[in-house]
Amino acid sequence: MEHKPKKLALIASRGTLDWAYPPFILASAAAAMDWEVGIFFTFYGLPLLKKDLKATVSPGSNPAMPMKMPFGSEGFQNFNWPMPNILMNNVPGFEAMATTLMKKTFKNKGVASIEELREMCIDMDVKMIGCQMTMDVFGFKRDEFIDEVDVGGAAVFLEFAADANVSLFV
Amino acid sequence: MSEFNVTKTLDTSGLSCPLPVVKTKKALKDIEVGDILEMISTDAGSIPDMEAWARQTGHELLESNDEGKTFRFFIKKTH
Repeated sequence: MEHKPKKLALIASRGTLDWAYPPFILASAAAAMDWEVGIFFTFYGLPLLKKDLKATVSPGSNPAMPMKMPFGSEGFQNFNWPMPNILMNNVPGFEAMATTLMKKTFKNKGVASIEELREMCIDMDVKMIGCQMTMDVFGFKRDEFIDEVDVGGAAVFLEFAADANVSLFV
Repeated sequence: MSEFNVTKTLDTSGLSCPLPVVKTKKALKDIEVGDILEMISTDAGSIPDMEAWARQTGHELLESNDEGKTFRFFIKKTH
């Protein structure tokens, strides 16, 4: 293309499975439209760049989250299971179960996994900036992260975002 | 039913947003400028998404067909 590509700058600050989707979906869609894309992974978003990606969903912090069953009849699958907070916050293993159900439901609906979306973003040259300060604070080592990460700080991201057409904080 | 001289067909049936546009972009790498890609999708949002994708990338969306649960697109690679 002759003209300068559009530019998307995202901040990914949350690391749960549900919140991991928006930045990777937006980034891959924008890259597919030939936009230049950069994501700054900071605080709880930073572990999304780990080699061993372990995003889980936390129903306790998403009170409006509908629970879906990934099996059974269509009516059963479409039903929104009301989950009382006392159950979500106190039953051991509830998060693991909710994570499994969400992953299975997404898979059934043809939604890519976070790992797949991240791989597509890398393929399409999405710039992944990993926050140095977060690494220091949480004691992460550089080699826990995928090779494609550019480690940097706020200034690195801001310089990238300075002439972005769209900037979003997730 | 349209008659285009299709070079390649990409079936994204069963896949949700953003996979149809991402896979379309990838598929264009395998064909030459001027060639036509046929893309099939079952993603209910794929018509407006593909229209936006075409406006942004400059590739030519020759046709979008709503066949009920399936959507069929013909895209000409322009660059």
